[in-house]
Amino acid sequence: MDFAGIIQNILNALQWGSFYSLIALGYCLVYGVLLLINFAHGDIFMVGAYISLFVATLLLGQFGGIPGMPGWLVLTLAVPLVMILTSCVGVTLERIAYRPLRRKGAHRLYVVITALMCGLILENGNLALFGASRRSFPTLVETHVFDVSGVAVTNIKLAVILVAIIAFLFLRFVVVKTKIGMAMRAISYDKFAVPLMGIPIDTVIVFTFVLGSGFAGLAGLMFAMTYPVLDPYMGAMIGWKAFIAAVVGGIGSIRGAFAGGFLLGFVEIMVVAFFPSTLRDLIAFSILLFILWLKPTGLYGVARRTKI
Amino acid sequence: MRKLTVPILLTMLLVGLGWISYNEDLNLYWQSVIMFMGINIMMSSSLNIVNGYMGEFACGHAGFMAVGAYVSSILSVWLFANDRVLGAAVLPPESSVFLFPVVLLIGGIVASFFGLLVAIPSFKTRGDYLAIITIAANYIVKSTIENVDAVGGARGFMGMGKVISAMEKVAEIPWMMIWVFVGTIFTIVIIRRFVTSTYGKGIIAINQDEIAAEIMSVNTNKMKIIAFMLSAGLAGMAGALFAHVLGYVNPGSFTIMKSTEALVMVYLGGMGSLTGSVLSAILFTVMMEGFRFVFPVLNDSLHYINLLPDGYDITQVWKWVLIPLLLVLLMQFRPEGIMGNRELSDIFPKLKRFYSFK
Repeated sequence: MDFAGIIQNILNALQWGSFYSLIALGYCLVYGVLLLINFAHGDIFMVGAYISLFVATLLLGQFGGIPGMPGWLVLTLAVPLVMILTSCVGVTLERIAYRPLRRKGAHRLYVVITALMCGLILENGNLALFGASRRSFPTLVETHVFDVSGVAVTNIKLAVILVAIIAFLFLRFVVVKTKIGMAMRAISYDKFAVPLMGIPIDTVIVFTFVLGSGFAGLAGLMFAMTYPVLDPYMGAMIGWKAFIAAVVGGIGSIRGAFAGGFLLGFVEIMVVAFFPSTLRDLIAFSILLFILWLKPTGLYGVARRTKI
Repeated sequence: MRKLTVPILLTMLLVGLGWISYNEDLNLYWQSVIMFMGINIMMSSSLNIVNGYMGEFACGHAGFMAVGAYVSSILSVWLFANDRVLGAAVLPPESSVFLFPVVLLIGGIVASFFGLLVAIPSFKTRGDYLAIITIAANYIVKSTIENVDAVGGARGFMGMGKVISAMEKVAEIPWMMIWVFVGTIFTIVIIRRFVTSTYGKGIIAINQDEIAAEIMSVNTNKMKIIAFMLSAGLAGMAGALFAHVLGYVNPGSFTIMKSTEALVMVYLGGMGSLTGSVLSAILFTVMMEGFRFVFPVLNDSLHYINLLPDGYDITQVWKWVLIPLLLVLLMQFRPEGIMGNRELSDIFPKLKRFYSFK
């Protein structure tokens, strides 16, 4: 393992961590506002990847508005489209599954189970409707490989890392600086006093889902461009792992989700670099358990004191 | 008389099940469905200790099941069967009739020590962080087994069939059916006696309010250890039976998906209700197997009235769309599950005159 190899691994880890971070950000937003583990989030990411497949083939194919559109134009059109459509899926889930339960004031665990079941419905519904055959994603942008002194850097890799960082900064800006972000923080602070202050709680929650699902859709598009083979179960594993990353970072904290995603990416890639790849899950999860054992509320989490 | 009704009924059920299996009135497929019912009852009621009675959210139940399955399989093959890897049988194969329950128990005990993996962090962590620890424990157990090549790694481990045939050499009766039945009854009785005892009510106290329970002299840490270990141990026994019913285990059967099945059964039945766990496990197994027969019929009839396009068939995948959908609907209209924290005697109080089950 020479110097170039280490840099190469760090780059790969950054890219892999970007996906985890993008998904973990969505987990963390919904959790921060609703205190609900949205287990369907990984599958929303999968839906996002499939939506980007349909959008891309639709724009590229003979149905395209302009036949023979260049790839970069398709990509620029696809990004907002995919984000909007995926947010629609997320908001639909919230409307039909979570909101009635919230209105009834059901036990938190029932909402969690409902979320888990919605995820199963999404992935198996996809499998049942479109079949088990893996679909390949069309090439939108030619992959350029820059060779910087023995380190292979592709333009897509750079784009993914950049998108993750921009998404993080944007979300941080929304939550910290804007009015609706203030409302989100207020809801997570005290759910009962907020409606009394005239804040439309449902609107804020829908907005949260729009943000989270939109970024999951963006992650799906990026993932499909990087690894152009889609299958219905791609979201399950990544979803679970991103959730674990969000918790290790300290759930409900945006910085934590971002850091946790990159941490998990680093651990996984480094384990594969130095050990046999079958040990990846084992060592990664052992390290995460160790971190949780040292810091029971995650890296950036705040311990909530229970009043007696 | 009241004390005797439940044992008499259970004996009749055991004899009945044994008789129809012995005479092959039910074919092997339906026998295995009944056995999986028993195993699912064990899974759901043992998870109910932690998720229902104690109110924590543990979702790594399949990990403990895997530990029990592997430990007991290796033990029983090593003791009673001639295997290529583990060598000749240590004990005479006929003794498996008496020693098989011991093997099951050892599998359960080892699994319960793995429950400590989750129990010790649960002193400090609560809620969602604990959920993570359980998921991680499930992954850790599964990938550890995959990486140990001595037990077959990802290829799996087999040879339990020889042990069963050694038992059948002693007496030609459906042994596995009997063991699953005994294990199921053992699980239910243990849990029932535990949660209705003064000692076990500490777990329910933790569910209501942990700080108040601590003040009222419930040793919460000890109670948590006991709950997790009991739950994991019984799941390990379920895993041991699962391995011997199939005659083959591989780590791929103990994924998060299996844990999700156990979770579904607990919440379908109702948190903190043993009757609910039993009913929902039976219902769940019947649904899982029943859809196998419903889908082809549905597919043919829909094609017959030209509702479906020709190239599309309704496959078994729809099973995993319908079951979650049913559960989501159940959560919308009856969020407390089928029974909802009540037992059979709470719903039909007059039944108490006829039986006592403590």
